[in-house]
Amino acid sequence: MIWAILAMALRQIRRNAVRSFLTMLGIMIGVGAVIALVTLGEGATSKVKSDISKLGDNLLIVSPGADRRGPEVSVATPFTAADLEAIREEVAGVRLAAPTVQKGALVVAGNLNWRTSITGTTNEYLEVRGYEVERGRSFTEQEVTAGQPLCVIGTTVEKQLFPGGEALGQYVRVDRIGCEIIGVLASKGQSSMGQDQDDLVLVPLRMAQRRLIGNTDIGTIYVTVDAAEDTAQTKTDIEDLLRQRRRIQPDAEDDFRVRDLQEIASAMSSATGALTSLLGAIAAVSLLVGGIGIMNIMLVNVTERTREIGTRLAIGALAREVLLQFLVEAIVLSTTGGVIGVALGLGGSYAGTRALGMPFVIQPGIVLVAFGFSAMIGVVFGYLPARKAANLNPIEALRHE
Amino acid sequence: MTSEEPVIQLVGVKKVYGKGDALVYALAGVDLTIRAGEFVAIMGASGSGKSTSMNIIGCLDVPSAGSYRFRGAKVEEMTADERAMLRRLHIGFVFQGFNLLPRTTAIENVELPLVYRRVPTAERQRRAIEALETVGLGDRLHHVPSELSGGQQQRVAIARALASAPALLLADEPTGNLDSRRSAEIMQLLVQLNQERGITIVMVTHEPDMAAFASRCVHFKDGLIIGDGVPAEVFGPPSSSAGGAA
Repeated sequence: MIWAILAMALRQIRRNAVRSFLTMLGIMIGVGAVIALVTLGEGATSKVKSDISKLGDNLLIVSPGADRRGPEVSVATPFTAADLEAIREEVAGVRLAAPTVQKGALVVAGNLNWRTSITGTTNEYLEVRGYEVERGRSFTEQEVTAGQPLCVIGTTVEKQLFPGGEALGQYVRVDRIGCEIIGVLASKGQSSMGQDQDDLVLVPLRMAQRRLIGNTDIGTIYVTVDAAEDTAQTKTDIEDLLRQRRRIQPDAEDDFRVRDLQEIASAMSSATGALTSLLGAIAAVSLLVGGIGIMNIMLVNVTERTREIGTRLAIGALAREVLLQFLVEAIVLSTTGGVIGVALGLGGSYAGTRALGMPFVIQPGIVLVAFGFSAMIGVVFGYLPARKAANLNPIEALRHE
Repeated sequence: MTSEEPVIQLVGVKKVYGKGDALVYALAGVDLTIRAGEFVAIMGASGSGKSTSMNIIGCLDVPSAGSYRFRGAKVEEMTADERAMLRRLHIGFVFQGFNLLPRTTAIENVELPLVYRRVPTAERQRRAIEALETVGLGDRLHHVPSELSGGQQQRVAIARALASAPALLLADEPTGNLDSRRSAEIMQLLVQLNQERGITIVMVTHEPDMAAFASRCVHFKDGLIIGDGVPAEVFGPPSSSAGGAA
């Protein structure tokens, strides 16, 4: 009997091909949108993760200021050269430690200028952050110690200040201090957080401290851990060392932060994950709207086919068989829409991830959930019209015009 | 079954609609026995109770009072599903408006009651074709109703009623939508089915010309039977037949 009913439902759907298609469209769009958005979101998350892990999962970022947001961060006690030295010498597993100081400044070349971030650091920074010198050279040991007015720039800065020309060997003024450009970095493009990683000017640490900032403080220290060492252990060691050096009472909180990339990666992916859920939820609303569309059309169907229902009841159809017939029709509509929606969603998100250079990760879970939801919508929104059909009085239904 | 066994037995059947002052007796106490093999025409003006009695005989409705036995079974004690099963197995319906499924071929329409009886596909098709051949539409199996004339559509409907080999064929104004020539053809088909196959037929009509084809005529007025006999007795001489329907 169920096959006969299914066959009847399919015949009915074919008979009203255009209407059936339009009814399914709501579910198709809903399911497609849920799958496309969630798949794109997952692609973004995994791209963020892979970008971060490309930076090396053995990178630690040591910065002054407690782990809270707000103005306190800016008044945090900076690190000193002695702190840096202690990290380098006393913590096992520290391969490189690159001190940095940062200042936003206007860089001027001829009649062009560009506001960018000036980083005073050492050559270790290049290695720790994965920069390579494309043209020219990096600083020498002597230049760093002496704080010579030299700089290495990123390609964005070069394009802004020397459009179409060679920056190498030219002079720029950083906060009225003339600096010779001795190197141009290879382009790294945008970070996954959308930052332009080529928009930077590197100067020797001493030069930035003395001539741009006017003290000997050190800001953030970038640390690479030996591949053989445990990053987490090294992190704890650095924390212990700095607490001791900064004389923090045992019950007081750290006034500095040591973050590893794992931590940043998980923060980033929880942010993109939240966004994905939000988009998925919005798309789910359209699935609901699609369900209401099915209910609407099924109600119209029942009214239109009142005489047919009366005939069926008269020739001996049981109420539950009529109910089943209309329910099956609604479910066939919604699941067919669901299947097409899954195909559209996967196709769309494949195209989308390719276009955005993100990995295409099929989430079998969301595909199943979206499809199951569409089938459920057929049951839920098909039930009311089906019950209406089954409860018709055959005498009145036969008389219906 | 012998021709003496009653198929339909109504005893003191009343049907009441409405409540209180608006109470309407559609049937005011009807006794009627129809035996197997009879061809009965139920006559009466609109509001006479003939449609209500038809609905009760067809197990689509139950009496408010009194008793209805269909082949000995008490219909008023049955649930809706039991009555549906009874219709499915024993009663064929022919309606004034044909009530074929639109955009569905003749053979599929005829198969419909067999689908509900869970007859296997091959057997279903064989019986549907046979029924359509019986009504003279063996060459119209795959036509949809809109491709058939009114007379042909009513033949499909009769074939549908026949396909399940019912004990009772109920026809509600079967010629109401047809011209007189088609009407006569349909009536001849019913007479033929009644005589050759012994199918019990109960037909509601308000046209004395159609009732004249039946072997027995029951005349309703104001919810009561006021005449029961061969058509000529009920209407008198054919010349005054129009008066009987008024």
